[in-house]
Formats: sequence, structure tokens, C-alpha cells
Amino acid sequence: MRALTWHGTKDVRVETVDDPEIVNPRDAIIKVSSTAICGSDLHLYDGVIPGMMAGDILGHEFMGEVVETGPASTLQKGQRVVVPFTISCGGCFHCRIEQYSACENSNPVEKQDASAMLYGHPMAGLFGYSHMTGGYSGGQAEYVRVPFSDVGPIVVPDHLEDDKVLFLSDILPTGWMAAENAEIQPDDTVAVWGCGPVGLFAVRSALAMGAARVIAIDHYPHRLELAHKLGAETINFRETHVREALLEMTGGIGVDAAIDAVGMEAHGFAIDNMLDVVKQKVGIGADRASVFKQALLAVRPGGRLSVPGVYGGMTDKFPLGALMEKGITVRAGQTHVQRYTDRLLAMIEEGVLDTTFLISYRLPLEEAPRGYRCFREEQNTWTKVVLKPGIETQQ
Amino acid sequence: MTSHGRTHGALAAGIALAAGAIALAAKQQNRRRHRDHPADDAPGFTARRDFGRYEVVGRSVTIARPRAELFAYWRDFTNLARFMENLVDVSPAGAEGHSVWTIRAPAGQSVEVETRIAREVDGELIAWRSVEGSDIDTEGRVTFEDAPGERGTRVGLIIAYVPPMGEAGRAAAKLFRREPEVQARHDLKRFKMLMETGEIATSARRKDAARAAQMENA
Repeated sequence: MRALTWHGTKDVRVETVDDPEIVNPRDAIIKVSSTAICGSDLHLYDGVIPGMMAGDILGHEFMGEVVETGPASTLQKGQRVVVPFTISCGGCFHCRIEQYSACENSNPVEKQDASAMLYGHPMAGLFGYSHMTGGYSGGQAEYVRVPFSDVGPIVVPDHLEDDKVLFLSDILPTGWMAAENAEIQPDDTVAVWGCGPVGLFAVRSALAMGAARVIAIDHYPHRLELAHKLGAETINFRETHVREALLEMTGGIGVDAAIDAVGMEAHGFAIDNMLDVVKQKVGIGADRASVFKQALLAVRPGGRLSVPGVYGGMTDKFPLGALMEKGITVRAGQTHVQRYTDRLLAMIEEGVLDTTFLISYRLPLEEAPRGYRCFREEQNTWTKVVLKPGIETQQ
Repeated sequence: MTSHGRTHGALAAGIALAAGAIALAAKQQNRRRHRDHPADDAPGFTARRDFGRYEVVGRSVTIARPRAELFAYWRDFTNLARFMENLVDVSPAGAEGHSVWTIRAPAGQSVEVETRIAREVDGELIAWRSVEGSDIDTEGRVTFEDAPGERGTRVGLIIAYVPPMGEAGRAAAKLFRREPEVQARHDLKRFKMLMETGEIATSARRKDAARAAQMENA
């Protein structure tokens, strides 16, 4: 089959590799019809996530048709499914309490030591995302082996086309959980850092959960415009002092909740951010946590900070005092996708939730490297790239 | 095959050292409070001490399955090779409660160790040790306790062994790898996967690669 493989920083290629096969009884093989490039794939592309190996197949947002099933799979050939990016067994303690992204059994034993050492506990398995999370072959390919196929994949009705449901795999539930973690109350003002796909869905979700105001922060005019269309007020951090603006826009109170939908590769010119860029480049693994830090200072005392943005390592000069003295609640984590899919699929079916506005480009799988380059370099207009292994030319 | 609570007259004088190591490793607060350790409630094997000429490895894992089910699976030693990486096979030996463990050794070789059940408490504990004259002097004990609430069963594994010399030494090193704690943890986690999900996770795309990945450290 053809697949997008990683070979190093800013070096991804479409190559011919072995087709996957059923390995364990609960597996299924999916023939991919649509697969997206995620903002977190750019962290891999930029080489800031450890545990990558040459030849790894990327991609963790994908859907397609079931073409093969293991003896213990509950799927049937021909079904159309969206596959959550988190791999979850359904039987461990964490899966049973719906903390699916903390599944204890999906990361192969021989891959668990690295994250166990770094974080104190091993991470769960994720598709197409570094050997720390299992080294599973991802969805930017013609076929994918999906373990625990009786737990993760969501069967979608035929009348909903791919573009409407594909984002159930990650960014839609991730934006939703980000808003849920912000514990939004009526009359709240919520600030969202980052108007990429997750930030935009967090804006949408926060409003759906009853936030009185949402203030979206970015520097790409097109992305700010998308946030504005969803109902957010906007701040362009290249033009405006963000903290001052947030304080003034809330009458001196500060925002009730903050959502960091940026993560470890924040843009911007804060001094600590520049230092962290240098550290990342020389490989001493500091996260560029300038958004996290700024959000802690911007949120009101007793407020909440929700972190869907990806961090992987350590950071310096962390405003620990602000966290403690202001009594801020921080909630973070990879998304428990399976917890939200039924509800969100229903909202899509009812027409309450639209995700298609986000897609800026649809490309054949063969053009995936160009998709990465443009998604990385032209973030203003390339808001979301969907790869379609079935198509030959750009639609 | 063994009645509840029955022991096999084991842990006699000749094996006092290993038994002592296991017991020390298993003991919790009371024993440790009476020795020259800081008083705390942690399992003995987490203490910063050594156990004489015995290497002692202890690990525990919580498995969301009933205690009786886990006990029964472990009690059939022929199952152990499914999740213990460096075991080729365990088969029943002549005498009751005796087994022959075939352990992977370098260069495609293997080494055999005969063990017998030293003590057994139905649903709670199985202890075994190598018979006299064995190439590897080892003793192990697995315990099963109800975990809080709906969490299932806490499974504790303690293995003591004398790092031997020669061929058998190399085999023992294979069995326990360079870091025995890592091996014990890996084996217990594979046991957990098998019990909770019915399979052992692999990220391999193909069956042959899955086998290779699981043998990676063998």
C-alpha cells in the first residue's frame, strides 16, 4: 500500500510499504477514505516529539470502510467507521471510568518504559504518534490495522459524508473536552489561545455550553475571522497586549476560564519563548510554554485553565506562584474520545454542529508532503488539510 | 490439585536463605519496624537494602478481573509462558506439584529448571522453588488480594534467585534481563493485558513483525 512516512525533521514521504494484516483477535483492517493532517502532526514534522523512527506511518485522524475483521471484532465488513486517535481496550480500570486516553493496555509493554520514566506512568497507545505511544502505524495510508476494533471505531450512517464526521476522530471531541474541562458557568468569559482547528471547536463548544463571551487569540487574520464567524470576539496578539486587553475587556476581573489550544510550539516573541526555541533546537527538550504561562497570569483568581494543547517535556520559569496564590484549577490531557463520540455524532446528524467550514484543502494521499509543508508554512489560509487516498487530483 | 491452605512442607532448613529473602521482601510494616529500617508501610522489596546473595525482584499490578479467575490461570503453570517473555515452556514433571521450566538461553539454547509448589492458599497465594540440585537456585511467590472497590485484584509477584555462574548464569541473566525489575514489570503487564483484554498488545502491522517485536528483548 501507499503511506505517508516520517524520516526526520521536515522530511515526510509517500512510500510503498507492506499492507497491514489482522494480528490480534480484536483487530479490524480499515480502508481509509479520508484522513486529516493534525496540528499535533506538525510537532512530529518539526521534530520536537521524541521516540520517532524513520519509516513510521503518521496520521491519527482517519475514517474508512471495514475490509477485514478479526474473530473477536464486533465490526462487519462494509461498515463505514470513524476511528478515534486514542487506542483503548475497554476493559482496564481507566477505560471503565471513561478515561479512555489513559488506557493501561493499548501501549505495547516493550514501548511503555520511556513514558513511564518521563511521566511516572506509561502513556496509552495512539495511532501514528511516536513510539512512546506505541509506535502504531497511522491513518495517512491506504489501509490501517485498528486494534480493539470493538471499542474505538464509531459506525457512521451512509447519508453523512466524510467531511461531516471525520473530525470525530480527534479535533471535534478535543475542542469539546477542552470546553468541558474549563467548567464553564453561565455569564462566564472564556479566553481561547490558538484558533487552529481545536481552538475553533473549543470556541464553538464553549458557546454551546453557555459561555456569555468567548475571546479568541491568534495572529492569523483568516483564523481570527473564522473564530469571529463562530461568535467569538478576537485579539490579534501581534497588534495587542493580550493580558492588558483581557483585563480591560472584562472590566478588570480577568477571564473566568482560559483554554490553551496552542501547546508546545507557541509563536510569539516573549523572552522565555525565544530561549525555549533555542533549547528545543539544540535538543534539550524544553517545551515552549509561553501560552500556558500567559494564561495562568490572565485567568482570574479561582478561575480555570484547560489545556488541550500538546506538551511533552519540561519548562522553565513556570509561574507556580500564580497557580497557587490565585487558586487556579488546571485540567489537561489527551482526549477521552470515546466518551464524546455518540453525543457529538448526534449533534452533527441534527445539523447543530458543522465541521466542514474548517477544511481548506482536500488533497490526494500522494500530495501529503505538500500538505504538511503548506499547513506548516501557510497557517493563515491552510486551516485544515484532508487527504483522500481515493482521489487522483485535487478537487 | 492442592487443597485450600495446604502446604507442601517446604521452606525447610536447606532453603532457609531464599525463604528468608522472600519473606523479608514480602513483609510489611511490623517486620520492618523491628529492623534497622525507617518505619513505614511499604512492601519490603521496595526497601533500600540488599538480601545477601539473593537477588530479589518484587512487582505488583492491579487487574480488573476476579481473584479466583486470576489465581486459576496462574495455578496452571503451563500458562506462564504466554506472558513471561523468556519462558519457552512450563510442563508438569513427574511428582505432584512439580514442573519443568524451560528458559531461553543465548544462541538458541535453553536451560531447564525443575520447581515444586512450596505453598499454596487457594485464591490467595502460590509459592514455588527450585528443587535441590537445580542449576538455578530460585524461589517465587505470587499473591492475589482484592483491590479496593471495583478495581479487581492486586497481584504481587516476588522472585528471589542466586545469580549463578556459567551457562546457567547466562540463562538466569536472560530470564531476568539486566534489570530484573523491568522484566518482572513487563511480565506482569502482559499478564494484565491477557486477562483484561484477551490479547497482548502489539503495534506491529503484520504477524511476523509482531512475533519479532515480542522477542525483541529475548
